[in-house]
Amino acid sequence: MNDILTGMAEALRLILTLDPTLIEISLRSLEVTVSATIIASLISLPLGAWLAINRFRARRFVIAFLNALMGLPPVVVGLLVYVLLSRSGPLGVLGLLFTTSAMIIAQVIIITPIIASISHQAIRELWADYHDLLISLNTTRWQRIKALLWDGRRALLTASLAGFGRAIGEVGAIMIVGGNIDHATRVLTTAIALETGKGNFALALALGFILIALAVVVNLALHLLSKTERSSLW
Amino acid sequence: MVAPILPLRAENIRVARGGKTLLGPLSLEIAGDGVTIVLGPNGSGKTTLLRALHGLERLRDGEVHWAVPEPETRKLQAFVFQAPILMRRNVVDSIAYPLLLDRMNRGEARDRATDAAEAVGLGGRLSLAAADLSGGEKQKLAIARALVRRPQVLFLDEPCANLDGKSTREIEAILIEARASGTRIVMSTHNVGQARRLADDAVFLFEGKRIDGGPADEFFSNPKTPEARAHLQGDLVP
Ligand SMILES: Nc1ncnc2c1ncn2[C@@H]1O[C@H](COP(=O)(O)OP(=O)(O)O)[C@@H](O)[C@H]1O
Ligand SMILES: [Mg+2]
Repeated sequence: MNDILTGMAEALRLILTLDPTLIEISLRSLEVTVSATIIASLISLPLGAWLAINRFRARRFVIAFLNALMGLPPVVVGLLVYVLLSRSGPLGVLGLLFTTSAMIIAQVIIITPIIASISHQAIRELWADYHDLLISLNTTRWQRIKALLWDGRRALLTASLAGFGRAIGEVGAIMIVGGNIDHATRVLTTAIALETGKGNFALALALGFILIALAVVVNLALHLLSKTERSSLW
Repeated sequence: MVAPILPLRAENIRVARGGKTLLGPLSLEIAGDGVTIVLGPNGSGKTTLLRALHGLERLRDGEVHWAVPEPETRKLQAFVFQAPILMRRNVVDSIAYPLLLDRMNRGEARDRATDAAEAVGLGGRLSLAAADLSGGEKQKLAIARALVRRPQVLFLDEPCANLDGKSTREIEAILIEARASGTRIVMSTHNVGQARRLADDAVFLFEGKRIDGGPADEFFSNPKTPEARAHLQGDLVP
């Protein structure tokens, strides 16, 4: 009990004094996860729209594949990326293993199916509403996708934030492909795991508070967005 | 100068779903100017006919011919759905949308949309979200959006079905003005009074077939079929 209290006091001090290690790790976490979220969104938002408005033979298969990917344990994603990027692996020449790039790749693989699935759902509903109008107005396929992405932007932002929330708290995959190297690939979650193991509760707790704060901010944003989505404050 | 897309000729068109014929076979010509009213009881095929003429239904048989090739007619006809389809945008941007599709620049499109909004009495609602409008205002928005490209032909499917008397009168006034400025109107209604007020000619549908109709003065004073006579008298059609 005493450990926890002194730990919390120390954690507070680290945060209030803007401890350099704390700042460095937090910024790296943000850098990795923001990059992964942007890349995953660029892939999955158009993919979601495409899946919603096109009826092609492989559509069901693609959707089933995305759903299956969503169920993939992050640790296994980490393992696969590790094998691909390891020196003897097919992408070994890139030398990406144990870099933040490898961590971004793993996170992109983990959250792309999530963002694509949520945005596909949202755009499919919007398309059901808009279908007759957009056909009547003689829109091109690209104009339809543009209208759906733009008018569905709040739902799509919600999807991206859900992906961000998932990625920022992930530990297994990035531990494997990033290696948790000090000053290189150490991020909030891997640092918490390490410091806890070392019995260094103060730093672990301080890092934990920051992680929680980030998660809370994202969830608040999600909540506000889904509220304004339902009302008409576009 | 834009080439006239009328006359519109539907030849032996038939719409079916599964094995069931919903409409037709029927033939029809829309020419000249004025208002054609499509009348008939619920389920008689009014919606299906309008959608088929506008190109929203796949025809099992027959063809719809315009005076110019079909792709060139697309932007010169517009459709107002019974339940207005609203975009998640404000009033002026909703009305401007069809113009933006034509690559008009945003400022000009907004100016035109503002004029169109004012013409239907939505001038004071420009920046309101479409979803926050009243029922009558939503339908006016849909009509303004349909008229903003200055179509030669405007299809309306029971535009006043769920509206009160005041909104209905206002919408009829908008349509009369559109007609006066040269827009050919083809509109369905189950409201016989409205049909009498607006029609230049009438098409009476019954069980998917066109069984009666013609110039308004003849049709309304002297319908040829018992079904049309009963419908015009407000009786329940057998
Ligand atoms: N999607 C559909 N599937 C099967 N039948 C339909 C469908 N839409 C309409 N119908 C049927 O087609 C007929 C004509 O419908 P409709 O054109 O909507 O009539 P109206 O507009 O005159 O009420 C009706 O018998 C209706 O039940
Ligand atoms: Mg109908």
